[in-house]
Amino acid sequence: MAYIIIITGFLLVLIGLWGILSQKNLFKIILGFTIFDTGINVVMVSVGYVQGKTAPILDVISQKDALKSIVDPIPQALVLTSIVIGLGVSALMLVYAIKLFQDKKSLDVNNFKDLKW
Amino acid sequence: MIKKIIIIGLLAGVGVIFFQLFQAYQVPTILSNKLAVYYAQNAAREVGAANLVSAIVVTYRGFDTLGEVTILFLTAAIISFVLKLKKEDRVPDRPIRETSELLTSSSQVIVPVIFLVGIYIFINGHLTPGGGFQGGAVIASGVLLMLLANPHMEVSHKLVAFIESLSGIGFVVVGVLGLILAGGFLDNRFLPLGTFGTLISAGALPLIYIFIGLKVGAELSNILGTISTHQNEKNS
Repeated sequence: MAYIIIITGFLLVLIGLWGILSQKNLFKIILGFTIFDTGINVVMVSVGYVQGKTAPILDVISQKDALKSIVDPIPQALVLTSIVIGLGVSALMLVYAIKLFQDKKSLDVNNFKDLKW
Repeated sequence: MIKKIIIIGLLAGVGVIFFQLFQAYQVPTILSNKLAVYYAQNAAREVGAANLVSAIVVTYRGFDTLGEVTILFLTAAIISFVLKLKKEDRVPDRPIRETSELLTSSSQVIVPVIFLVGIYIFINGHLTPGGGFQGGAVIASGVLLMLLANPHMEVSHKLVAFIESLSGIGFVVVGVLGLILAGGFLDNRFLPLGTFGTLISAGALPLIYIFIGLKVGAELSNILGTISTHQNEKNS
């Protein structure tokens, strides 16, 4: 099961990378970035998996031998940070896309040649 | 054509790197990471939170979280700056298609429930999955539904700024109180830890999560409101 999840994560990263590189529409490129993000988050969470263990949420009973019953909580805490940063980055990219669209009335990257030389 | 070949080559290269990473990966059968072992053995006793991820995010790595909230605040500020409206550009009565009856009526029923769920999520952040960021995002989704049902609505900047600055100051004050009364910055033990697994437990951790939830909710609502008002600009 853990292998399936880690493969899914890697595939999502590849799909996102493909979207970033091959698409012409700015909006689709931003979607590629978010898919890339999601893939990396999935990989990070699945790396913290321990065979047959459960989520790092304890109760009074499992508190005593927490070590034997939980998966690694650190990747999950890191992914929480990473999701929030990803949200901020995609919000900023979308807003810049809105601004660019107002300037050129187009979302095609081939129409933005101001810095091309 | 050349571009396509380069892209496929690059993807194949990254794919090979990933495949080698995958081959070297083995699902571990015991928790071997030393830090994780420490958290598993001591976090419940030291922090008193049932949700170990919350304990790590808010106390052990609390400073990180303060930076994270700051980044969200900066994002909201930059978006407001980039999408700034001049007074003469405002066209508040741009003709907008009527929203459907279904959406307006159902949003009146659902929005309070969404807010309640968001508040539930961040108040119970130290016991159940979820926490400040998730609860804040749920609250912002309620604001999004309100904006969809009534496109002319404006998110009150005064209210958002008030909630945001209040909870930001609250977060830092709780952190400094931990520095003065307990072991260090953002130490939650200056309030009694209470009974493990009950709502009022884990010292100041629920307090911090409430502040984070309010702050994230206000920031995300602010972003949504800015983008929504921006659509009323001329020539857009």
